[in-house]
Amino acid sequence: MLSRLPAAALKSQSVLGASRSTASAFRTRATSQVRFASSSSATLESLLTSRASLISVTLFSAGSIAWYTHLYGSLPFVGEVHANSLADDGLHPTAYPWPHKGLFDTFDHASIRRGFQVYREVCAACHSLDRIAWRNLVGVSHTADEARALAEDVEYTDGPDDKGEMFQRPGKLSDYLPPPYANEEAARAGNGGALPPDLSLIIKARHGGADYVFSLLTGYMDPPAGVEIREDMSYNPYFPGGAISMARVLWDNLVEYEDGTPATSSQMAKDIVTFLNWAAEPEHDERKKMGIKAVILFSALFAISIQVKRFKWTVLKNRKIFYNPPKDLKH
Amino acid sequence: MALANAFYNTFVKRNSVFVTSIFAGAFAFSVGFDVAVNNFWDRWNQGKQWKDIRAKYIQEDADS
Repeated sequence: MLSRLPAAALKSQSVLGASRSTASAFRTRATSQVRFASSSSATLESLLTSRASLISVTLFSAGSIAWYTHLYGSLPFVGEVHANSLADDGLHPTAYPWPHKGLFDTFDHASIRRGFQVYREVCAACHSLDRIAWRNLVGVSHTADEARALAEDVEYTDGPDDKGEMFQRPGKLSDYLPPPYANEEAARAGNGGALPPDLSLIIKARHGGADYVFSLLTGYMDPPAGVEIREDMSYNPYFPGGAISMARVLWDNLVEYEDGTPATSSQMAKDIVTFLNWAAEPEHDERKKMGIKAVILFSALFAISIQVKRFKWTVLKNRKIFYNPPKDLKH
Repeated sequence: MALANAFYNTFVKRNSVFVTSIFAGAFAFSVGFDVAVNNFWDRWNQGKQWKDIRAKYIQEDADS
């Protein structure tokens, strides 16, 4: 702020202050040397007491507070009382140690397979997964024969045939997973007005991702004292607002895993979230592997480029320039 | 210096040899690099990938 003031203002102030202070405090001392020595402290004094300093410091403080308020929406160091509580925004989910969390970690594909079983037996009653086709499961969680058998269990409408009519046929690998409702209106009508979201990208589409969905699935509880939850809704502290239309669905031993894993509700939640995470990021494993390769190669190339630069610049960096002034021979 | 001379005489002197050795070297490096990274990757993620659990679900004559 001081730098914004015209330099002449400060200068004239300091000169004025200096002459005044020398006139009053140092009147008895007459030698020019003493006056010269005291003038620097007088400059400092005038800097601290001058009107320009006061104005600029005030402007600086007011500007800082205004900027802070603009940036953060509230005054610093001033207590506030809000009518809504932080619980209205939903609890922050815990960070869980997913098997695929690390930089080098792939999905746990056995977990994806179990998660698909949970999706098919539990979630698929209300939620669609319309970006995943049966073929996507092949080589990820199921063999081609298994996926084909799963697809054939579902009837799809195809056509038109050569008479122009639609017909039913068993599913193929290229078919997408069947939606539970024909359209959004049917889904809302079946769920008391609430639309069960499509789960294809749900892990990417929610803040907190896998941690959030896991916390939501396992976080159902009785509403705390004073919280009213409408009929047909449940209380879940992780859901923004607390009232969620989906009731708790994961109870122990709801499904029977084919690999003998105990089907606790947290195990099922972990498996379904791993499956949904795969559905949202099918490229995940390959992406991380490619990332490793790219990081190794590009850091090697970067190191080489630094070496080459140093090599090319050695001549310039190590030279010395001498200047021999021409001797003027005439004098 | 002897090494540098040998390198120059073997690889750089004739352009045909130079270019061929660059192409062959790039090919060999990419194959070796991929093998090394994949080995590390499979060891790090042992038991988690589909190819590790595939044997449990595969039937005879299955094609995946």
